[in-house]
Order: sequence, then structure tokens, then C-alpha cells
Amino acid sequence: MPSVSMTVNGKPVSGEVEGRTLLVQFLREHLGLTGTHVGCDTTQCGACTVHVNGEAVKSCTFLALMAEGAEISTVEGLANGEELHPMQEAFRQNHGLQCGFCTPGMIMSGVALANRNGAPSEHEVREWLEGNLCRCTGYHNIVKSIMAGARAMSGQS
Amino acid sequence: MYEFTYHRATSLADAKAKMGQGDDPTLMAGGMTLIPTLKQRLAMPSDVIDLGGIADLSGIRMDGDTLVIGAMTKHHSVASSDVVKAFCPALAELAGLIGDPMVRNRGTIGGSVANNDPAADYPSAVLGLGATVVTDTREIAADAFFTGMFETALEEGEIVREFRFPKPKRAAYSKFPNPASRYAIVGVFVAEAADGIRVAVTGAAPCVFRHGGMEAALAGNFSAGALDGLKGDAGAMNSDIHASAEYRAHLVGVMARRAVASIV
Repeated sequence: MPSVSMTVNGKPVSGEVEGRTLLVQFLREHLGLTGTHVGCDTTQCGACTVHVNGEAVKSCTFLALMAEGAEISTVEGLANGEELHPMQEAFRQNHGLQCGFCTPGMIMSGVALANRNGAPSEHEVREWLEGNLCRCTGYHNIVKSIMAGARAMSGQS
Repeated sequence: MYEFTYHRATSLADAKAKMGQGDDPTLMAGGMTLIPTLKQRLAMPSDVIDLGGIADLSGIRMDGDTLVIGAMTKHHSVASSDVVKAFCPALAELAGLIGDPMVRNRGTIGGSVANNDPAADYPSAVLGLGATVVTDTREIAADAFFTGMFETALEEGEIVREFRFPKPKRAAYSKFPNPASRYAIVGVFVAEAADGIRVAVTGAAPCVFRHGGMEAALAGNFSAGALDGLKGDAGAMNSDIHASAEYRAHLVGVMARRAVASIV
């Protein structure tokens, strides 16, 4: 079986995978990083969103072998010990989740938006979330959370 | 997914060589169509040859008055490119309407055009702007490239290198997206090109096509009003759970008028 090596949340990792092994399977089943969720498995819901070399991608539609040599960030890599990442803290403060299933993808997608745009408008956040589905909240508090998290990340209160 | 052997091509020559070795190999650009297709077991290639590692297939540049976009250039790169926005804002806007941000970070213009999905956006821009498709062996005019549903003039194993877009005087794209997938139920790309008016329609029929009646009407009078009464031919339109053929035919007229109204 081919082997693959990449950096996940700052740590070098490697493993043996099949050609058809998805990045999300490698993260969850090989590395035990189950924070990244599989919702639809059809590239629509965004629960599996991770960052590959700084860009948000759907890890259910990305082969593990395509990540050879790449820097991967998952939701587990955001917090600094007990201290939540500003985007995570914003979701907590704004009640940006109900069941929580979509939340890892929402947070990784929100961080990716904030990296491109430190002060997104409500409209920009709603457009950005085209690729992240939530079946509980009606999105209102998720949008508030991402706007607050982006401001916090760029040093605005 | 059925099992396959994954290869990461390091150059165009390497990709060609690897295509020559497998029993039933396939090329992969961004994977935004191929991977879902494999997951549904709708394809069973022996080998998947990833073009993602070939740096010189990606990039945006001007060559005189011609815009050149590498085949592996991501939708996000086109949507956010100042060069593309200055050359033809409609092309950047079209790229920004594909899928969602994560899909636009992976999907490529070459993959979209080579796949020629009937509901893809890019084929309408390539045809509507009268672009040239440059492959590893030849140049193909857009008018000769799109030959049918998921069919193109590409030979087995032929690899798209880049697209060359002649500068239009003005252009616009108007799309009625499927609200779930963002694929075009109908999308119309209208351009006043150096060689005349071009109206390319995607989503509506089995393959992107030019609407000669609309082109003739706009050549005489470039205004939305010139398209009154013109629409698609319901007998040639797709019909599915998302939209009937009659509805698509109607939308062809509406989207074309919206596109023209946005640029006059």
C-alpha cells in the first residue's frame, strides 16, 4: 500500500493508505482526529471542512494521497491548550450551534473567511456559507458568530 | 469507491507517460467532479493521474491583448484575479458563481471545460468569448470543442494546457442556479466580441450551444428589448426534476435579457 506523509496541526504524520482513501478517513480513522465530521459525503454539507495549505477544502472530496507534503489544519488544532481560538470563543458566546454536528466545518470555514476578510459583512458571511449546511439553527447565530470571530481574529473587539 | 492506483504527475510529459501505462487510466484536475463520481461507483478507472502537481499548468497572464488562463487554474484564482477583472469582469463573476468557496478552492477551469457537464458554467464563457483551447498537441476553437453531453473534441489522453481568450468589447453572464448545487439550470453568456455578437447558453440543453436567433437580433440592436419574444427551443431543452423543458426554454430568454440589460 502507498504511504503518505503530511503535517497535521503542526505535527508530522504518515501512514499507509489505499488510493481511494479520503483525507477525512485518514484524519478520523488513522489519526483518531474525529472532530472533522462526515455529514453528506457528497461535497455539499461542509461538515468535513479542513484547511489544506491554508485553503478551506472539503476533506470528503480530497484523496489522502493528494495531501502528500501538505500542511493540514483541523478543528482540533485551533485551541491553544485550554484557551479557545477566537472563532471557537465567538461560537460559544453567540450560541452559534445547537446539535453541533456542522460546527467543526462552520468554524474552519469561518476561519478561512476571516483569513481573507477580517471584517466580513452579514451578506458576505451568508454568501460564504453556501458550502456549509446547518439543519438546526437557521444560521442566524452562526452568522453572528463568524462576524464576531473574524473581528476578534483581526484584533477588533 | 472501487480501488485504483493513484499517481501524481510531475510534468505534462510524465502525465502522458502514465496515461500510456494503465489499463483504463483517467486524468484528474481538481477532482470536484471525478471524486464524487468515483464515490458513486459511476466510474472504475484502473489509475487516477493527478495533474495537481504540475505547476506550469496553472496561472493567469496577458499575452498582448489575449488573456491566457492555465488549465489547472482554480475557480477562486480566476474570480479574484485583478487581471481577469480588468480584461472581462463577467469571466471573474462567472468563476465566483461556481459551487461554493471550498469547491472554488479546488475546482479548475480545465477540469470543468474538459468534462463539459451540461450544467457547468465555464463552457458558456469559453464558447461565448470564442476562446481557443490549447492542448498538448494542438489548438481547438471553442466552436469546434463542445461536441455533445459530456463530449468534447479532445482525443483519448489529450491534455488541456491553457485557454486563450480574445478581448471582448463587452460581456455579461446571467445564471439561474439550482439553489442546492449552484449548477446552472440555465446560464447565458452574452459577448460583443471582435467577430460579432456571441450568445452561449449552458444548463438548458444536453450541451452548451450558441443561440443564432439572439445573436442576429442583438447584432441589429444591442438591447434587452431586441430579445423580446426570443427564448429556447423547448423541443431541444433538458427536462428533469429541477425544471421542465418549457421552463428552461423560457429561462433562456429571461437570462439573456438580464445579461444584456446588465451591460448596456
